[in-house]
Amino acid sequence: MEIMNMLSSYAVPVIFLCILSMGMYKDVKVYDVFIEGAKEGIATIVRIIPSLVGLMVAVGVFRASGALDLLIHAVNPVVRYLGIPSQTIPLALLRPVSGSASLALVSDILKANGPDSFVGRVASTMMGSTETIFYTLAVYFGSVGIKNIRYTLAAALFADLISVMASVWVCTLFFGK
Amino acid sequence: MLNYVWAVMLIMGFLVGIMNGRAHVVTQAAISSAKDAIELCIGLLGVMCLWTGLMNVAEKGGLVRSISRLIRPAVKFLFPGIPDRHPAVGAIVMNFTANFLGLGNAATPLGLKAMNEMQKLNSRKETATDPMCMFLVLNTSAIQLVPATIIAVRAAAGSANPSEIIVPIWLATICASIAGIICAKLLSKLYGR
Repeated sequence: MEIMNMLSSYAVPVIFLCILSMGMYKDVKVYDVFIEGAKEGIATIVRIIPSLVGLMVAVGVFRASGALDLLIHAVNPVVRYLGIPSQTIPLALLRPVSGSASLALVSDILKANGPDSFVGRVASTMMGSTETIFYTLAVYFGSVGIKNIRYTLAAALFADLISVMASVWVCTLFFGK
Repeated sequence: MLNYVWAVMLIMGFLVGIMNGRAHVVTQAAISSAKDAIELCIGLLGVMCLWTGLMNVAEKGGLVRSISRLIRPAVKFLFPGIPDRHPAVGAIVMNFTANFLGLGNAATPLGLKAMNEMQKLNSRKETATDPMCMFLVLNTSAIQLVPATIIAVRAAAGSANPSEIIVPIWLATICASIAGIICAKLLSKLYGR
């Protein structure tokens, strides 16, 4: 585990070193290219502002009203059995449906429980290790006119379920409860 | 689908709020959440720019090509239905690499190209082939070198160590990918065409 934790802390510096030295070696104007790429980051964030406002309001109202507590309470017996923290259940349910909705949820969870709490770390890992399945399938299959997608959704949802469970196992292993 | 989710969350939220006698609280929550959303976006900007900038350097430095060469054998193993040297292989490999580096803007066009190439090999145009199913299952459980968005959200939430979840995310994603591959391979036997 020690080695794994070291890997996490060295990952960012090592990635920087590799990419920058490779860029220098290939005669890339690294700073200019960096700036050009950073602009894309701004564009991405600006694009999600409207949906994030809409969804964070929905999440905020849902939580402040007590409806979220009701939902968590309702699913609690099932998820206690699976060992998943109940606060992360809405995230696990919404993640395959929408990227910005889960971004709104995860930021709400981190705010309510703290980013460095067990719940916060599990939610972060879930967010990072799963994808918006429905959107991707719709766009990709739609682009070539496929109507019968056979087992794709089943297999993708199974992989998603495994990544939700794995997020809990891995975080327990890494950080303890 | 999101239309329903969004509406149900708001309607349930306001109804439960009124029933719990929290009308004032939910009103306040609606207004402050809208403000929080903008604050979150501002908080995300810095870290996102940092990573998209760095990944642009990686792309221009030829890292996409080198990684593509590295994963090509694995792709051939996973997509036995696609003939060698078919353009679909190249598009799939490039799409996985772009996803791996978090180059979202590059990944989608490459992915659509891969679908288009695989469709040319498809004899029944409205039914997905095994390679297509495998491609999308892997695409939706794809590992990312730097999960930039979640690191940015953690930084914005005031985490002492926003990037500590990198290795846990890698491990969880690898589990998901392996599960997806096994599940897709098994189901492809079950679902005849």
